[in-house]
Amino acid sequence: MLVNQFLILAAGLFALGVYGLLVRRNIVLILLSVELMLNAVNINLIAFEAMIRSSDAVGQVFAIFVITVAAAEVGIGLAIVLMIFRNRKSANVDDMSLMRW
Amino acid sequence: MSPWILATEEAEQAVEAGITGGFWADTAGIMLVLPLVAFILILAFGKRLKNQGAELAIGALAINTLWATVLFIQNMTEGVLATYSFEIGRIGSDLVFELGWVVDGLSIMMYFLVSLVGLIVFIYAVGYMHGDVRVPWFFAAFSLFAGSMLILVGAPNLIQLIIGWEGVGLASYLLIGFYWEDMENVVAGNKAFMVNKVADVGLILGAIILGLAVGTFDFFEINTAAAEHLETLSTVAVIGGVLLFFGAMGKSAQFPLHIWLPDAMAGPTPVSALMHAATMVTAGIYLMARMFPLFQNLAEGTRPWMVAIGAVTLFALGLLALVTDDIKRVLAYSTVSQLGYMMTAVAAGGYTAGLFHLFTHAFFKALLFLGAGSVIHAVHSNNMSDMGGLRKTMPTTYWTFVVGSLSLAGVFPLAGFWSKDEILATLGSEGYTAVMWIAVAGAFVTAFYMTRAVALTFHGEYKGHGHPHESPRVMTGPLVALAIPAAIFGLLNIPGVDLPGIGNFTRWLAVRVVPMGDHHAEAIDFVIAGSGLLAALLGIALGWRIWGKDRETQVERDSLEIPVLYPLLRRKYYLDDLALGVVGATTGPIARLVNWINDYVIDGIVNGVGFLVKGLGSFVYGILDQRGIDGIVHGLSAAADGSGSAVRKWQTGRVQQYAASFVGGVLILIIVFVFVT
Repeated sequence: MLVNQFLILAAGLFALGVYGLLVRRNIVLILLSVELMLNAVNINLIAFEAMIRSSDAVGQVFAIFVITVAAAEVGIGLAIVLMIFRNRKSANVDDMSLMRW
Repeated sequence: MSPWILATEEAEQAVEAGITGGFWADTAGIMLVLPLVAFILILAFGKRLKNQGAELAIGALAINTLWATVLFIQNMTEGVLATYSFEIGRIGSDLVFELGWVVDGLSIMMYFLVSLVGLIVFIYAVGYMHGDVRVPWFFAAFSLFAGSMLILVGAPNLIQLIIGWEGVGLASYLLIGFYWEDMENVVAGNKAFMVNKVADVGLILGAIILGLAVGTFDFFEINTAAAEHLETLSTVAVIGGVLLFFGAMGKSAQFPLHIWLPDAMAGPTPVSALMHAATMVTAGIYLMARMFPLFQNLAEGTRPWMVAIGAVTLFALGLLALVTDDIKRVLAYSTVSQLGYMMTAVAAGGYTAGLFHLFTHAFFKALLFLGAGSVIHAVHSNNMSDMGGLRKTMPTTYWTFVVGSLSLAGVFPLAGFWSKDEILATLGSEGYTAVMWIAVAGAFVTAFYMTRAVALTFHGEYKGHGHPHESPRVMTGPLVALAIPAAIFGLLNIPGVDLPGIGNFTRWLAVRVVPMGDHHAEAIDFVIAGSGLLAALLGIALGWRIWGKDRETQVERDSLEIPVLYPLLRRKYYLDDLALGVVGATTGPIARLVNWINDYVIDGIVNGVGFLVKGLGSFVYGILDQRGIDGIVHGLSAAADGSGSAVRKWQTGRVQQYAASFVGGVLILIIVFVFVT
């Protein structure tokens, strides 16, 4: 079986995520782009696992770890977003350059 | 063999024979400590006691008198001889400092004298000082005085002697300046202290020289060494001995260091009595007697000088008593003159003669001073021109004063006759014939001025103010108590006569020291004794002829002038002026020289050093500190500040910029990993 098609999909998703991360101004969409990049990694992990078939399913375990960490990250991220929005009535990252010199 | 070595052997035999004294000698050290304990106690509690400390002072001396009397009687009957020394320190390994007490004939005589006369004077002082200022302080200093003298006479070595010697000097200074509200008295105290100090330098140097040369400060070892190793020690012995003699001259008021003694009359009269009788002035004579073998071994060249000093003192200073109006000064010059007798005798080789005169003199001179004090107490003046005619109103004082005067004048059979005769006989037998005749002339002068004092004070008409009356019992009692020994104690040493069972004074003193060349007369020389007595009687007769008769013209006759002689005497031979002139003339230029050195040399050095230090300081501050150290510190902080302001610009706070640099970094890493490796 070929892994190429999965790798191309994952690379495309990852590039989409990077683009969204750098270009979008809405903070929720930026978080969404980060999720895209994480899932692109997950696809790669599953694809290589399916090709190698390691005895203890390392690729799948890693993918589940990434999902777990991503869930926790989104939880914290959305909580921060919520607090910022309540205080500043805006979800634009350009309005959030407070932590500087 | 040297007689001194013989004496040492006799002393050893005495120790073997067991005449060491027993309990009373073993505990004799108590006598040295008790008055000092009293001194401290009076200082601490005197003000609260009923008699303001007098009871403590008297109690201490009463116990001492008991001890001394027992020892004196023991020494009379069987002889006492012991030395108790306790080491308190040492220099190197050989030179030992010891404290302790000596119990031998000489010391016991002095213990007895100081304690008994001191006790009587203390009792008298209770009456005399009644209602006066600072009574506790008076009795405290008085106890210190007596205690220091006991330490001095009990000393087994030169160190302890010096301790007592200085203590006596201190106490006398305190007591002479007792009425310190008057500047005059303070000056008198200072004068006494300083003249004594000049002489003390001699004593201390002499003690050091002898101590180092012999290797010990012990009297008996120094004496033995002086006798045994005469050839090797002779130079040291002469230098040390002369220096010690100088010290003795100061304390015993020998010409020309006598100038402090008449001024010492500024103190209360009991102080004068004690100072002139038992403590202070006898210390010099005591030292001469204690180191008698050493002084006997001095080169023949120095001994005549000592005798000469004594002779000048006894005659020339006796004359001064003729022209003073102050009754205490008359007695003071009389003391100086009598000390001259003692010094002459001891220096000439009359150990017993000098000490016997010291012994009798203590009683009659204390008596005379206390009598004078009684008169002063009654008329409130020291001047004989304010007295006169007191014979009727003060009979006890009068009769005791007459006994003392006759004894001092040397009238048979009172104490002064026997002791003065002893001195005359010694001078005669030692070959100092000229000095002997000077001493006979001195006896005439003594009788002359004492007759004058008695006549002006007690005869004629009363010239002062108020109504004098006899002193209280507490003052007349001591007068009577002193009049008895002043009259009869001469019988203790009649030449050639042994009192039944107890021998005589010569033997009591000779237990340890059978001194070399102590030519104690074995029988009365009637020519010498007769001329001495004749001189005394002539003096009394002449004095009585001038001052005793015709009460109206008494004062005019006293103001009689003999050209040249009287002005000379009134100026005290210009000795005071000389001493002050020498001191003044030398201290002035020296002070100016020292001031110049101070201004130009020392100040220059100090200023130069200060300038250097200041220059060094500004260099360190300006260059090293401000530029060097501060430069480093400021440079570091400026670097941190500058780099901080540069780097913080990167911290924009824009999340997507961070994300972009993050992505950029990842891309660079990918490129590095993929294409470089």
